[in-house]
Amino acid sequence: MVKYSIFTIARNALTGHKNWPKQWRSPEPKATYDVIIIGGGGHGLATAYYLAKEHGVRNIAVLEKGWLGGGNTARNTTIVRSNYLWDESAAIYEKSLQLWEGLSQDINYNVMLSQRGVLNLAHSLGDVREGVRRVNANRLNGVDAEWLDAEGVKDFCPIINISKSARHPVLGATLQRRGGVARHDSVAWGYARAADALGVDIIQNCEVTGIKREGGKVTGVETTRGDIAAKKIGVVAAGHSSVIAEMAGIRLPVTSHPLQALVSEPIKPVIDCVVMSGAVHVYVSQSDKGELVMGAGIDSFNSYAQRGSFHVIEHQLGACLELFPIFSRVRMMRTWGGIVDTCPDASPILSGTSVEGLYFNCGWGTGGFKATPGSGWCFAHTLANDAPHPLNTPFSLARFESGALIDEHGAAGVAH
Amino acid sequence: MLNIDCPWCGKRHETEFRYGGEAHIARPEDPAMLDDTDWAAFLFMRKNTKGYFAERWLHSHGCRRWFNVIRHTVTHEIVGAYKMGEKPPKLPKPAGGAK
Repeated sequence: MVKYSIFTIARNALTGHKNWPKQWRSPEPKATYDVIIIGGGGHGLATAYYLAKEHGVRNIAVLEKGWLGGGNTARNTTIVRSNYLWDESAAIYEKSLQLWEGLSQDINYNVMLSQRGVLNLAHSLGDVREGVRRVNANRLNGVDAEWLDAEGVKDFCPIINISKSARHPVLGATLQRRGGVARHDSVAWGYARAADALGVDIIQNCEVTGIKREGGKVTGVETTRGDIAAKKIGVVAAGHSSVIAEMAGIRLPVTSHPLQALVSEPIKPVIDCVVMSGAVHVYVSQSDKGELVMGAGIDSFNSYAQRGSFHVIEHQLGACLELFPIFSRVRMMRTWGGIVDTCPDASPILSGTSVEGLYFNCGWGTGGFKATPGSGWCFAHTLANDAPHPLNTPFSLARFESGALIDEHGAAGVAH
Repeated sequence: MLNIDCPWCGKRHETEFRYGGEAHIARPEDPAMLDDTDWAAFLFMRKNTKGYFAERWLHSHGCRRWFNVIRHTVTHEIVGAYKMGEKPPKLPKPAGGAK
């Protein structure tokens, strides 16, 4: 791997930037691997990277049915934060945020992490109490959090409307200053390049069509590019987790829904933080290009279609304009949908299954992007040791039988 | 936006309805007899079908009655709606690309 630095840029400038090597290989699949990761999004690539780097597993393949990071990694609103309520969630999301903070150096790829602060608005007395409670819970867990009253919110984000006559007035907000945004494509490409450099085979346009088993144990996968044998399989297929689970005769508690987002035309810098409101269902930040990036809640119905209904966007923009009247004449440029796998308790599943050697990392629902490094790190540990790391032990499939659910509907924010 | 054919009121916009998820999940006859695995299966495990899917809808801003719909979860094609307790309509041959 050519290390990226100011010197390599200078050297390549001399040859007109025509001799940059490819960032990763496109190898033919081998007949057999120690570990196969199904799904070449951020979480899958991070899993492969940490498996190779932290656990010394080198014979790994990542199978992606489309192209790298073309699913939810490319479709999210790039928000990064760790201010979740319960101890279990705070631990895994905070681990993730700490990995984010060193990620660009670690993988030698600029993921453009911008810790600009994330506001979660409160619009009712109930919201205020819940917000203050979450701030206190975060602090007890070592996660930075502050409570701002309405004036404080206005100071932090001057364009916000805190009028008391609003239909859902802003009464305050939680603030996580270490939260922010990151460049989504860089995360997939950076992890892919770093994993490839450690010998991971990244195989695109390779759809898994079957999971081969013998005596309750995985032996490999059937794909559109032939059969591939494997000792262990990690499924990181987001919205399509249930489809893969069905191939292995497993049932999951997830349902797949479209989650829509949209961007405006580029405008001059106007909002330098992230504003989220779970109550009125909108979240807004501004990209480096100047586009306002906004997300909605999920569409209620099950779908695998990567598109949703227009009334969801209409509802979201109504809320947005109440909060930011200044946006009233901004035109929207693009809308799209991603398929998110939501869990009954709005918490993920990183777990072994009843099939030996088959592991699932799914159920991240509407908030998977922020968890990309931590999810990959924990899942790599789980695959390498055939046992979960203490950070992801609570996120097992068994919790749906034991009843030890981790209800994060509040901190998951918008959606569900 | 889906146009949903309420069996009582006819075709209406999706915004009049509330979604109820997977249809035909029968409540166990004797819940006390179930072990944790079976109870979890009833409570949480879902088909999440990619393809033709039987689901419940409530006409919450209309007649306020529940009914079932067969809908394709990739194309969003609605095959038909039927009242609770009725048999689902026959599935059409799968469209190109859809399973």
